Amino acid sequence: MAEAQNIPVGSTTAGQIAVAAESTVATRMSAPASFDVADFPVPHGREEEWRFTPLERLRGLHDGTAVATGDGVRVDVEAPEGVVVETVGRDDARIGRAGTPVDRVAAQAYSAFEKAGVITVPKETVLTEPIRIAVHGEGGTAYAHQVVELGAFAEAVVVIDHTGDALLAANVDYVLGDGAKLTVVSVQDWDDKAVHVGQHNALIGRDAGFKSFVVTFGGDLVRLHPRVAYAGPGGEAELFGLYFTDAGQHQEHRLLVDHNVPHCKSNVVYKGALQGDDAHAVWIGDVLIEAKAEGTDTYEMNRNLVLTDGARVDSVPNLEIETGEIVGAGHASATGRFDDEQLFYLMARGIPEIDARRLVVRGFFAELVQQIGVPDIEERLIAKIEEELEASVA
Amino acid sequence: MATLEIRDLHVTVEADNATKEILKGVDLTVKQGETHAIMGPNGSGKSTLAYSLAGHPKYTITSGTVLLDGEDVLEMSVDERARAGLFLAMQYPVEVPGVSVSNFLRTSATAVRGEAPKLRTWVKEVKEAMERLNMDPAFAERNVNEGFSGGEKKRHEILQLELLKPKVAILDETDSGLDVDALRVVSEGVNRVRETGEVGTLLITHYTRILRYIKPDHVHVFANGRIAESGGPELADKLEAEGYEAYTKGGASE
Repeated sequence: MAEAQNIPVGSTTAGQIAVAAESTVATRMSAPASFDVADFPVPHGREEEWRFTPLERLRGLHDGTAVATGDGVRVDVEAPEGVVVETVGRDDARIGRAGTPVDRVAAQAYSAFEKAGVITVPKETVLTEPIRIAVHGEGGTAYAHQVVELGAFAEAVVVIDHTGDALLAANVDYVLGDGAKLTVVSVQDWDDKAVHVGQHNALIGRDAGFKSFVVTFGGDLVRLHPRVAYAGPGGEAELFGLYFTDAGQHQEHRLLVDHNVPHCKSNVVYKGALQGDDAHAVWIGDVLIEAKAEGTDTYEMNRNLVLTDGARVDSVPNLEIETGEIVGAGHASATGRFDDEQLFYLMARGIPEIDARRLVVRGFFAELVQQIGVPDIEERLIAKIEEELEASVA
Repeated sequence: MATLEIRDLHVTVEADNATKEILKGVDLTVKQGETHAIMGPNGSGKSTLAYSLAGHPKYTITSGTVLLDGEDVLEMSVDERARAGLFLAMQYPVEVPGVSVSNFLRTSATAVRGEAPKLRTWVKEVKEAMERLNMDPAFAERNVNEGFSGGEKKRHEILQLELLKPKVAILDETDSGLDVDALRVVSEGVNRVRETGEVGTLLITHYTRILRYIKPDHVHVFANGRIAESGGPELADKLEAEGYEAYTKGGASE
């Protein structure tokens, strides 16, 4: 894919590798992480962490005016035998162990939820079927919290499926015991009006493996913070993301991998396609290699494919290195266009326009979709991509 | 017998907020089995003719007709023209990231032939065609034109010509940027297709060099947006000796 020269008007691709004592990852936040919403000032939109987000479309999630209603979201959990599914109160000790809210909306969600879901896969339990969490928006406003905890050497696949319409701020904690393997697929397949903001924290145990697919198609505004930290050496994180941003949609993914422990790995690949007027995708990829994290191996990449005029991408990889004793660290970001010349070339070989677009977009996403490993989700994603493309050509 | 008939074709292009007429009344008939060389200086409108026939959206047809076996080509979309049997080998083939050559060729062949080729025979067909063009099999797994050298791009164009078997092939400066070895390989590919007798070939070139490998039946000199002179192969020899000067005096379109 062509690099800088192909970036459409209005997009930015910036990147930096900082080797400094002063952490820009920390200083770019307007307040330190906290569970209490009162510790965060109401954002005005000029703050570094809010500058890409249209605040008015948060409909009050950021300023305390969005009050939970009874008809927010319905959550149904389908879990194979051996899994413990609970609903617990705010004071349950298992809540909030994987990470602390880093912005006002995440803290608002933490301060406002009444009951939390806790799903536990006991140690050494290896599941052959996925755990499915269906989050269906019923049109109201909700604050929620979900914990997924795997005991040592447990293995599980969790699918969190968001559909319907809601104004939702929800955080998720993934806690992986030593040697555990967790694959999470979070699908944001919301209706057009939905607003979804959340922080997804993963705490990866010694020699544990965390694989995450964040798939965002729907919603008016989706803003997610997938964040990873390590509880012991030997941990591996693979963070994959796909988004298909349509006219008028704002889809923002703000990642942080905190290499706070020696000898851990991380690999981040997010890919997005955009089409239509005012489609806006934001990707922030922060990787922090702390001074003590010797032997770190990390790579992050963001690719965007702009299918039509009028879409905008802001892609900001940021790698911060406090030790030179690492295996590898790299990042890449590129935004390319599917342009009229490509379309002409394919059509000049007899390929109809819709098939030409399909060919390009499927090819673009294929390497990620094939790695999900949950067939019904893979099929649904392909179908969804096709549907989006049909709509664009019609 | 397939016939492409171009009558009084006028084409304009928008440039710098102005409309400019590039083709000023082109008349040409290409029949199946024939090879026509269109030669002319830079800026004479040769490539505009090629891209207008293929339906590139940049060009506006202001008058004239183009018929393929009596069917109105100008009414067809780009993909319909290709499926009707027109093929344009491009001077600057376009990179298509994320789409492998093998996937592209199969999708294209499926569209043009109207049904998916049987996998076993298709794999063999592609492999043999690639071997004939001295193409590495690993080529099939690369993305279309991405990172291809000039010679690889042209071989890939001719590979498509061999696989899609059009009624009329327009080769737009296929010889440009090729060294002698690549030119020979590419020309042999074109000749294999010509020898079937089933394709009419419109060979657009600036140089006479390629005509040593691909022998035309007719040679046309293109100047100032129209055909200035037509003749047999001997006209190419005259151009080789005298150049285009006689045609460009006071008449170049740009």
